[in-house]
Amino acid sequence: MRSDGKQRAPWGLKLAAGLGLAFMHLPIALIFVYAFTTEDKSYQWPPPGFTLKWLEVTWNRPDVWEALKLSLQTATISTLIAMVLGTLCAAAVSRTKFFGRETISLLVILPIALPGIITGIALRSAFSIADIPFSIWTIILGHATFCVVVVYNNAVARFRRTSGSLVEASMDLGANSFQTFRHVILPNIGTALLAGGMLAFALSFDEVIVTTFTAGQQSTLPIWMLEELVRPRQRPVTNVVAMVVVLVTVLPILAAYYLTRDGDQVAGSGK
Amino acid sequence: MTTAVSFAKVSRHFGAVRAVDNVDLSIAEGEFFAMLGPSGSGKTTCLRLIAGFEQPTSGHIEIFGTTVEHVPPYRRNVNTVFQDYALFPHMNIIDNVAYGLMIRGMNKADRHAAANEALELVALPGYGERRPGQLSGGQRQRVALARALVNKPKVLLLDEPLGALDLKLREQMQEELKILQRKLGITFVFVTHDQGEALSMADRVAVFNDGKIQQIGSPQDIYQRPESRFVADFVGSSNVLEPGFVKQLTGKESYASLRPEAIRIVSADGHSATVTGSSYLGGTTRISLALGDMRIGALIPADQAVPENGTTVQISWQENDLHLMEGAQ
Repeated sequence: MRSDGKQRAPWGLKLAAGLGLAFMHLPIALIFVYAFTTEDKSYQWPPPGFTLKWLEVTWNRPDVWEALKLSLQTATISTLIAMVLGTLCAAAVSRTKFFGRETISLLVILPIALPGIITGIALRSAFSIADIPFSIWTIILGHATFCVVVVYNNAVARFRRTSGSLVEASMDLGANSFQTFRHVILPNIGTALLAGGMLAFALSFDEVIVTTFTAGQQSTLPIWMLEELVRPRQRPVTNVVAMVVVLVTVLPILAAYYLTRDGDQVAGSGK
Repeated sequence: MTTAVSFAKVSRHFGAVRAVDNVDLSIAEGEFFAMLGPSGSGKTTCLRLIAGFEQPTSGHIEIFGTTVEHVPPYRRNVNTVFQDYALFPHMNIIDNVAYGLMIRGMNKADRHAAANEALELVALPGYGERRPGQLSGGQRQRVALARALVNKPKVLLLDEPLGALDLKLREQMQEELKILQRKLGITFVFVTHDQGEALSMADRVAVFNDGKIQQIGSPQDIYQRPESRFVADFVGSSNVLEPGFVKQLTGKESYASLRPEAIRIVSADGHSATVTGSSYLGGTTRISLALGDMRIGALIPADQAVPENGTTVQISWQENDLHLMEGAQ
């Protein structure tokens, strides 16, 4: 229901809503402000002065670049893994009936409900039992466990809304499985996959807890930031990096939001 | 006459369920063939066996003399009009219709020309740019028909294609489908649970029940000379008369069918029956009667007075309207 312009909320409610939003978002604005402060030992308010030098300092810090590179690699690869596995799993669960289907559906979603610390401990002990040395691949495996869920959830919702007879119609009209996937399935689930992929990417990019348990000596960007906060050295560099992280994660989430919103018109059933 | 589709002892079991059970069937080229039956009777599974979406558990299927077991749907010269139409929502109408030709690698100009021709055939010229969501149910049905016909299939399968349409549109499409079939000369195999639809459109009707064919024949055969109690009851809701009663009339102890419109109310010399109910149907009124311990229905014309509930009336019928079903149990 949309309210008709005449009905206005009382000013008290508006104020409360405004304060609530401010409480959520002002601290983020603070991060941005401190990225430009001249003071680098502690967070002093108000900032004694403003400077752009931390941008340059950050640019020249190799440890930042290393962490950023590792984070981007991890997020990209775990998203790709999640897109392939999540789509296949969603197709199996929504297209066919088999023994244990409900159980599998639940088990796939479980990692996102589990606290990250449990996933982390579990993976860490599993890796050590299996004698797998920590590397970028152990981080990627850890991230993929929850990235798959995001892609799966998006894909399964779209599969359910896509009429099953579309696939049969395509086969009936002469298309083999590959052609059917290319011309019928992919266009119908494409935006859902993209949205799921972007969410997965954003999740992986700022993940801390699972990463702490599955990374060896290397640091992803969020881990690097955590370490910087404990050992203060050129503090505003952390803020500059934080700004970048906010931008890198918010943009895909916004894009995903718009994509799935428009997707409603695309994915109607054949009726 | 060439045989378009033939089934030899075909069964399709799903676990313990015998969806299609030992069916023998032969459909001639150019025939308009209806598969009629209640839901779950196996008629749709038979259609899907012809289309290739199902494989027979046992038995043998041929389409124009070629064995089709293990031939996937996309290599059969057969097209389907689906019950929910299954138009591709992400494509406009012209690309929907041209889909089969696109898959075959025909260039864009040629396939669009062919698709436009097909849209004209189903009386939807100029609709190519629209999306399926912008069309009404009846229009979508025509698009689904055009999309199948553009491929020039040797057999066209229609799975309850008129089920989702309202009565008026359904009657109109019944006529149009029949005219189209005559014009194109393509073999049509039509699945329906509506006996009126099957009788009015088909050259031959197969009545299905419990995965088996109960009777195959012309609409007249099926309607006037049902061979089993099921066919008598399902097609035209004929009355089934008990063997004991039939023996008194004809001397033969067997079930017999009697169509409701064959029963007339007479002033004398009939069989005494008690009226137990009536329902007004517009052109006729259907009255329920108790004849001995049998319950039977009769249709009486609208211009005739409807007897009150509880009154006893005399009913009669012509001797040749009574059809003995000697094989029926």
